[in-house]
Amino acid sequence: MDFEDTAHEAAYRRQAKSWLAENAPAWAAPGPAPAGREESEAEMMDRARGWQRAKAAAGYVGITWPREVGGQGGLAIEQVIFEQEEAAYRVFTVPFQVGMGMCLPTVYTHAPAAVAERFVGPALRGEEIWCQLFSEPGAGSDLAGVRTRAVQSGDDWIVNGQKVWTSYANHSDFGLALLRTDVTVPKHKGMTMFYLDMRSPGLEVRPIRSMTGHADFNEVFFTDVRIPDAQRLGPVGGGWKVALTTLMHERLAIGRAPDAPSTAELIELARAIPQGAGSALDDAAVQDAIARFYVNDAGLDFLRMRAQSAISNGRAPGPEASIGKLVMAKTRQDIGAFAMDLLECGAIEQGRASRLADFQYHYMFSAGLRIAGGTDEVLRNIIAERVLGLPADRRIDRDAPFNALE
Amino acid sequence: MNFDFSPEQQALREQVSRLFADGRAQARKLVESAQRHDAGLWTRLVELGGAAAAIPEAQGGIGLGALELCVIAEEAGRSLAPVPFMSSAVHASEALKIAGGDIADAVLPRLAAGEVEGTVAFAERDGSWDVLPGAQVEDGRLYGVKDAVLDPGAGIAVVSARAAADGEGFGWWLVDLAGAGVEREMIPALDVVRRYARLRFAGVPVRRLGAPGAGAAMTARLMDAVAIITAFEQIGGAEAQLARCIDYAKTRKAFGGPIGVFQGVKHRLADMYVKIELARGHALYGAWALSTLASDLPAAAAGARLAATEAFSFAAEEAIEMHGGIGFTWEDDCHLYYRRARVLALELGSRRRWAGRLVAALAGGPSATEAAHGL
Repeated sequence: MDFEDTAHEAAYRRQAKSWLAENAPAWAAPGPAPAGREESEAEMMDRARGWQRAKAAAGYVGITWPREVGGQGGLAIEQVIFEQEEAAYRVFTVPFQVGMGMCLPTVYTHAPAAVAERFVGPALRGEEIWCQLFSEPGAGSDLAGVRTRAVQSGDDWIVNGQKVWTSYANHSDFGLALLRTDVTVPKHKGMTMFYLDMRSPGLEVRPIRSMTGHADFNEVFFTDVRIPDAQRLGPVGGGWKVALTTLMHERLAIGRAPDAPSTAELIELARAIPQGAGSALDDAAVQDAIARFYVNDAGLDFLRMRAQSAISNGRAPGPEASIGKLVMAKTRQDIGAFAMDLLECGAIEQGRASRLADFQYHYMFSAGLRIAGGTDEVLRNIIAERVLGLPADRRIDRDAPFNALE
Repeated sequence: MNFDFSPEQQALREQVSRLFADGRAQARKLVESAQRHDAGLWTRLVELGGAAAAIPEAQGGIGLGALELCVIAEEAGRSLAPVPFMSSAVHASEALKIAGGDIADAVLPRLAAGEVEGTVAFAERDGSWDVLPGAQVEDGRLYGVKDAVLDPGAGIAVVSARAAADGEGFGWWLVDLAGAGVEREMIPALDVVRRYARLRFAGVPVRRLGAPGAGAAMTARLMDAVAIITAFEQIGGAEAQLARCIDYAKTRKAFGGPIGVFQGVKHRLADMYVKIELARGHALYGAWALSTLASDLPAAAAGARLAATEAFSFAAEEAIEMHGGIGFTWEDDCHLYYRRARVLALELGSRRRWAGRLVAALAGGPSATEAAHGL
């Protein structure tokens, strides 16, 4: 048992640390966000692209990707270490995560080498943004129920239908789409995966305002959109298998600790609230709540370290991914609610660019986080069935042709 | 980074696991008998080095470390094997290692060799270990009462008490439990496999361990160590119940199929797994912090304690629910884990106390409990 870096890891960490110290922009300096004006979406996107460019120039993007496609050919543990060090800064990297973390691994696995070479580099450098066109109004947890129809016509497929909850579709250059190509076979067997240009004629992206008030995602309408057959990933009818690899990557990505208030911030908050001769931090009920959140938050850190340890020793991480998202999202929600409870009526007022605003924002956003990439219920099913080996749910629609379903 | 046990430690786990293969049946026998533990099983664990593992070679031990104790504790928790491992090889031995000095040097080799068993007697009516004791030492003799002493059949005990030289604080003392003036009142315990007693001391000769007034600091340090090793015992118990529940959910049929197809069942098992994995992360980190005496040992210990207590309590409670009526019977083993989970949750002090210790460690400064007792 050893929590220390190896000599190589320590050297890599030192190098990453000093590069970050010298090159991270002033607005991303470690510590709490300065109070003041909220950024516009355009400003955030500009900053995100700028930061990605700077990292790319220094060789800190695509650390584990092969050199042939624009990566660094490095070790997974180096990626982990860079992310740990980068996490101290308030940089914004989310827009690239869908592409780098989910879409591109799928493209790389299932497309010819030339295609991967064309797309991986620009995505790693932040020059092209990707989105994932999976969910539909009628296909959420039951993703295999997608209805957006692709019909072959010569060398093209003609697509009609609607996707929804698509993050960054309005900023995306390319998308990964799971489409229904055969309605006469059972639902899992009639889907095919494609990638497409988000500027294709007939494609319309409409931002959806989420309950946070921000346009966190989009709906995407397809009207006779043509996708060349050359942009198919995997065999016709093999889309579900391709989607599963993408989804596992999605849960890994979402399961990472987001830039959200944790128990340390709660302790600060409680200490600042007078109670009797001391502060709210002396209250047994407050201590109990903080302990509960700490067990989850720090527990996830330790699970990530176990995964990191497996990576460091050349093994694949275990099923930590599904646990991470499941625990993290609900804990965020509980921390937000509890922080507001501590502030009593003071938390009724919507905060602006303040610590209160952070707690309020994450309370709202976590409600969505509990759904994104698999609801709590879907994740519990995955843990029970794939990790614990329990029998699958009974599904009455599993073997019937898709066009015979109600 | 290597966040796991070494191949040697895994090999030890396999040996201990084989030794404890019939642990539950052996525990069952104790339920109906007056025996204090399974003497044959304990002898074999001692032969395997179970009592000597973490004791330094200079003091007659094998000189391995806390990690080996964690491995054995996990298997003991899983199997319910009725041996005085926790009281003797963990509580008493770790206490003597912390206290140090000539007396510890003389006693540790005997504990390592299994010549004598040890225990600790810290708790009084108030329950936890970290309270200012009422027991007193005058002219080298101990007077007072200690509650909930685990494995009171031991030959020696480390006892907390106050003498004039301790000032406002207290000290630790070594007591020969076979000597005159020691009265053992066996107490029927919630955990029907474990033995507990109330010990009354009426002028029993004692020898001081550690410096005068050092009791609070030594106890805090011991509680951190014991909490981490106990967390593994708790995780072992929780995993045993999860495994039994998975088997049952796959084989028990209702409504035309195994009950494991129902989300009400499988989601609860998923929650059990999640709590166990979080606890394992905390416990592994605690084990590392203990073996290196890292500066955040107190926070690591409290985190391991709270996470493992939650995991075992949840697993033990939900296991009975999942087994239905059969789980509520005396003959089923569910209640043995249920009882063990609750007793382990109490033995080192309640959740309320440990939440206070955790917040104090995270925020810096003594917890309210510590402050109230002047510790």
